[in-house]
Order: sequence, then C-alpha cells, then structure tokens
Amino acid sequence: MSNIKQSLRTLFAYRSALGGLIIILILVGISAYTIFAIPYDEATKLWRAGELYWLNNPRNAMPSWVNLFSFKKMPETIILDTKKPQLGASKALIPVSDKITRIKIEFSFNYEYDDFPSELNLFFNSNFNVSAPQLTIHWVKPNGGSIVLKSFLLSKGEDRYYISNDDRLARELKSTISRKINETIGYDIPITILLFALEDSSILDPSTARVMKGNYKLWIDGIAFEANMNLDVKLVVYGKVYSWAGTDHLRRDLGIALLWGTPIALSFGVIASLSIALIQMFIGAVSAWFGGKIDTIIQRITEVFMVLPFIPILIMISTFYKFNIWILLVVIIVLSMFGGSVKNYRAIFLQIKEFPYIEASRAYGASNFRILTHYLIPKVLPTIIPSIVLSVADFVFLEAALAILGLGDPLAPTWGKIINDAHSNGALYKGLYYWVLEPSLMLAVTSLSFAMLGFALDKIFNPKLREM
Amino acid sequence: MIPRFGKYVIKRGIILFLTVIVATYITVLIANMGGYVDEIIKSDLYLSISQSIRQNPAYKALNETQIKELINAIYTNELKKIGFDKPFIYRSISYLRDALSLSLGRALFISSDSGSKNVRIIILERLPNTVFLFTTTQLLLFFIGLFTGLFLARRYGSFLDKLSVLFAPLSSMPGWFYGIFLILIFASFLRLLPYGGMVDVPPPSNRFDYALSVLKHMILPVMSWLIAYTPINVYVRRTFFLMFSSEDYVELAKAKGLPESLIQRRYILRPTLPPIITDFSLTLIGSWMGAIITETVFNWPGIGSLFYQVSVMFDSPVLIGLVVIYAYLLALTVFALEFVYAILDPRIKAGGT
Repeated sequence: MSNIKQSLRTLFAYRSALGGLIIILILVGISAYTIFAIPYDEATKLWRAGELYWLNNPRNAMPSWVNLFSFKKMPETIILDTKKPQLGASKALIPVSDKITRIKIEFSFNYEYDDFPSELNLFFNSNFNVSAPQLTIHWVKPNGGSIVLKSFLLSKGEDRYYISNDDRLARELKSTISRKINETIGYDIPITILLFALEDSSILDPSTARVMKGNYKLWIDGIAFEANMNLDVKLVVYGKVYSWAGTDHLRRDLGIALLWGTPIALSFGVIASLSIALIQMFIGAVSAWFGGKIDTIIQRITEVFMVLPFIPILIMISTFYKFNIWILLVVIIVLSMFGGSVKNYRAIFLQIKEFPYIEASRAYGASNFRILTHYLIPKVLPTIIPSIVLSVADFVFLEAALAILGLGDPLAPTWGKIINDAHSNGALYKGLYYWVLEPSLMLAVTSLSFAMLGFALDKIFNPKLREM
Repeated sequence: MIPRFGKYVIKRGIILFLTVIVATYITVLIANMGGYVDEIIKSDLYLSISQSIRQNPAYKALNETQIKELINAIYTNELKKIGFDKPFIYRSISYLRDALSLSLGRALFISSDSGSKNVRIIILERLPNTVFLFTTTQLLLFFIGLFTGLFLARRYGSFLDKLSVLFAPLSSMPGWFYGIFLILIFASFLRLLPYGGMVDVPPPSNRFDYALSVLKHMILPVMSWLIAYTPINVYVRRTFFLMFSSEDYVELAKAKGLPESLIQRRYILRPTLPPIITDFSLTLIGSWMGAIITETVFNWPGIGSLFYQVSVMFDSPVLIGLVVIYAYLLALTVFALEFVYAILDPRIKAGGT
C-alpha cells in the first residue's frame, strides 16, 4: 500500500503527469455520463435516424457558444407549435355553422439577432373527413408591412410548407422589394433575407443586408368545410447556432457523436494498446525462453509481418467484411500481434533469462509456464507500462483514420466519422470550421493527455531517463 | 574473419528472400480474398460473353438452349485460356511466381493517368511523386533531429532542452491530423496555399512554373509532418546522445581535454551511427510506400493514395505488385545494412550472430 502511495507521489511530482491524468479522468467521466445518459442503441439509432427525425434542427449550425465571442448575434432556432401551449402561438377553430369552421392561427416572435435565419418551415397536422381546408398564410414584418406567402388547400395528415424553398414566392418578393427601393436586386437572394431584411439599399448586397429587428407575425386564416376538424401547425425559424456542439449536414446534433466518441475512442485505444503489448511481450518471452526451433519460427513470422503493409491489409479486410468497430479491434490486434516490438521484448528477455533468480527457479523445478508467467513477465511488465500508455493515442488515431477513409464502423458515432462527414461535405471549403475542429479537439486532448502521462511514466520506470 | 562474415551474409540473404516469398504469398491470398476476387472476374467474364453472343445477329437463329450451350462452351474455353479451370490454390502459386519475378501483369479495375492497365506503369507513374515528397520530408526530419539533438545534448538542462521535453507529447498526433489544421488555416482561412493535389490544374506548360507549382503544393504536407514528428525526433535523439555522452570513454576524452567538436564527432556520433542509420534507412524505405492517410488528406497522387484505391477496389494485381516491390526494397535495405554495420562498427564483423 505504502508502495503504491510512494509511486503515486513520484508520479505527481511531474506536473505533466498530473495534468494528463486529470484530463483522462475527465474523459472517463464523460464516457460514464454518456453511457448512462444516452444508451448505445439509442445513440446509434439517433445517429442514423435520418433527416426526418431531426427536422426541428437547423442544418450545419454552429455551436451556440460562438455568440459569446462575437458581437454579431447568430440566431437560435425558434419553434412555435400550437400543440404546446406557449406564448406566441395561438390557435382558434371557430365553428361558424355545422358545415363551416373558421381557422385562425397566429404565431408571433421577437427576432433580435444580427443574422438571418437559415431556413423557415411550416408543419401541418390535421384531420378532416372529406374536403380540405383552404388556408392563407400571411407574414407581417415589424414595420407593419404584410405579405401573403401562400394560399393553398391543405392535404390530409402531415403536410408541410418549406417557406424558404418556395421559388415562386422568392421571385415575387424580389420584384416587390426591388420596386419599393427603386433598384434591382442583382443576386439570387434567399427568402430568409427577403422576409427578414431591412427594405433599403443595404439589401442590394448579401454582405450588407441587415436584419429588421422586432416583432414578426405569421398568421394563417382559413376555412374548413366541416365542423369537427382539428389542425395543428408548427412554425420553425431555423437558426444558425444549435446547442453546445452544433449540427451537421443532416441536421443531426453533433453532441451525440462527440459524447459517444469518447468511450469508443478510450476503450478502443486502451484495449488495443494493452492487449497488443501484452501479447507481443508474451510471444517475445516464449521466443527468448524456449530458444531453438520455436525461437526461429517466431522470429521468421515476425519478419514476415514486418514486410506486410499493415494499413492496406486492414483496409482490404474491413472493406470486404464491413464489420463493426469491435471486430475491427480484434483484427487490428491479430495483425499487430507479431509486430516489430516482439524483437525488442525478446532482446530484453534474453538478458533476464540469464539472471541468477531464474536459474534458481529452474533449479527447484519450476515449470516453463510458471517461469514465464511468474518470473519473466512480471519483471518486464512495469517497464512497458509507459509504452502502453503512449501507444493508446496511436490506436485512437488509427480508428479515426479508418473512419476518415470511410472504412470505420458505419453505425458507430465516432470522432473520426464526424471528420469524415465534414470532409466529404466540403466543410473546410465552406468555412464550417467548427465541424472539423470539435472532433479534432477531442482527438487532440485525448492523445495529449495519454502522451503527457506516458512521458512522465517513462521517466519514472526507466531510471536511466530520470537522470537525464 | 572474412569467410565467417561471408557465410553469415549468405545465410541472412537466404532468410530474407524466404521472408519475401512468404510475405508475398500471404499477400496473394489476402489480396484475392481466398479466391473471392476470382469469382468477380468469372462472373464478369460470363456476363460479357453472354452479352456479346446475345447481341450478335449471327446467332439470332439459335434457340435458348443452343445459345446457353454456346455461351458455356466459350466460357469454359476462356477460363482455360486465363488458367481459371484449376482451383485457386494452384493459381495462387503461379501468381506468386509472377509476382516474385516482377512480371506484374495487368490491373483489374484501375488504370494509369496515361490510360495504361499495366501494373508496372501504374506504379512507376505514382512512385516518383511519393519518393520526392517523403524523401524530402524524411531528410529534413533526420537532419533537424540529428543536429538539434546533438545541440540539446550539449546544453542539457537549459531552457531549450526543457522546452524540447515539454513539446515531445505533441508528436502523439499523426502528421495527417496536423495536415487537417494546416489546410484549415492556410488553404481555407488565409487562402494562401492550395487545399491539395500536386500541381495546379491545368498544369503549367513552362518547366520552371511547373516546379514552382509542385513546390507550392508540397509546403503543407511537408510542414504537417515536420510539426508532427520533429518534437519526438529531437527528444529521442537528444536522450540517445545524452545516454552515450555519459559513457566512460567520453568522460575520458573530456578529461584528456579534447575539443568539444572532436568529442561529438568521434566519441558520440560514431558509435551511435549504426542504430541511427538503420532507423533512418528503414523509415525512408517505409515512407516510400506512402502515407496512406496523409496522401488522401492532401490528395497527393502517390503510392499511398494508390494503395488506398486498390485496397478498396480489390485490384489484387496492383496490390500484390506494390507489396512485392516494397518487400524487395526492404529486404535489400536490410541486407545492405549488414555491410554498412560492418564498415561502421568493426566489432560486428567478428560477431556473426
């Protein structure tokens, strides 16, 4: 016990070790939280749910905290739903006669952000028997200007109106505003700007267009031709920031993958690094202890494995079988079992083999297995701890690299997968830096923490280095 | 002395060649997925034969069973022609023989930029790009590591020395990872350097401009590797030199009052040279096989991205070709190193084990 305390004290004498250990503990904490808060099945389901599930989220939104660092306030998503009683959403279905119901739905919200929303959608949910209700959607700007967005017959059940995709409306609004300011808008102006911008000459250029701040109203009036019908409407004004992590091109919450990436990366890295080191050490010990034919065979196998290109073979195998991440882990372990380190371990064991205490154990008749597991391996074990800790980062990055090449587990939400998505959707070209930076930061923090701890351990366990 | 060394060298040569053979054979098996790729080829062949016969107006008069018979006859004939009538295990031996004699054959799916399907041409087209990029990188890394290491070992405990220890963990992140950040900063944000590729599109016709364009595209990949691997390189070399500079013979040389530069050259560098050279030459050869992920991130048309392409597409001839060339290169390097050792370290000649 005092021994452990002693070694811990030595360890903490190195500030980098303490720092590394604290970060690792935080990562473990995040993992534990994630596993309990979002069970894995749910996480993969959420991650592969498709766009319909995430329809309330903005696309490619930055994390919300960017607003803390910028004078320009980016919009949050505003959701107003008549199903949920809330301020700014009101619904009235007034039966006029037994054949006619008047519909009046009104949404109003304050828009005080400095940037335009990314999209604007209306979702309808209605039940009626025969004839569809006739709806007219109005838009009222803070300056009182009112526009009719659309008049249409609602279809049954779920229906939606993607306001920001309505090309006809865009053309109409463009010419109306052009007439109002007596100048032609020369570019392909999105509806979100047309609906939310100040109507002066600043609108002529997308970079100068400014938001008209204030209270906006969207109201729907209509007539349904039967008495007992119901209609619920949801207005979503998509923002440009979302939650603490932002969203990707499929509107998914990146937070899920960032959180779940942690336990996956940690367990992948630790299991791979630990088991490979132990297996290699065991093989090295066997090779050194038995010598002769066994030694020769093991050495030749090692040399063959040194020639085989590791990553291409891994790529081929994983393309061919498309496994999940844990089988991939086993394949990686098997392929690295006979790695070059076997030779290093063998060299170390060849020296230890000649130590007097080994001779003594042989003299009292210890079996080969006992000598291997009780005398040889425990002697070397402490000295390889640093390299085990150090190589955790390598395997974390190996998993990320495979995911970036598009070869990882297709289901698992991992950091590499986010970078892969970001890459294939041109995040860096489009300036969506957060998309790449967030998972990269997690990777960097993880690998640095293990590296800091590993380097300090190296100095402690290899005293020759400590003098340096 | 010499005959003993010669005998040892011959033995090593034979073992190395056997290693190459076994490694190549394993690659043949893996690259063909134990015969799976053959199934693809067979079904492709069957399809193309049946299509050409069904579309041939000369056979219009035949009925369905006659056509099927005809197709089957031609198909078995074709199979025999390409040697597919025998089981895979026999063919794998002939694949092995072809691979070892470097008659690399034709690619299944991919072709070179000039349109050739010859594996050798495909590989030779990519190899210079990778060798150029990574030899530059490795040489820079080697010399920076060597000289900074020597410099720091001499100033042990100084601020710079402590800084090198502090920065060493930065190397836990691989080169391609820093590459992503560099692309983000220099290509996407500052728009100073290209995102990737090797030359501008379209390539400049002028020789000088072409070279300039290649250099411009090289900056980011080289920089990413330098940032990633210089800290660990410097740290390892420094520690290595420090260990050797506490040897008794160095102390003796110091006591004799020999000049610092002489001590470094003759008493520290000379005995540490064999492992350093081994390390460098093996890394260099390894780097010629390209860094798959770095080349993919930077879109560099080298061996690494070729490796990726063919592994995903199961283009086994190209893959086997790449592995065989690598195995030969590696074996030759290891073999050559035996002689280099003998020259650098007189003790080894006497050894023989």
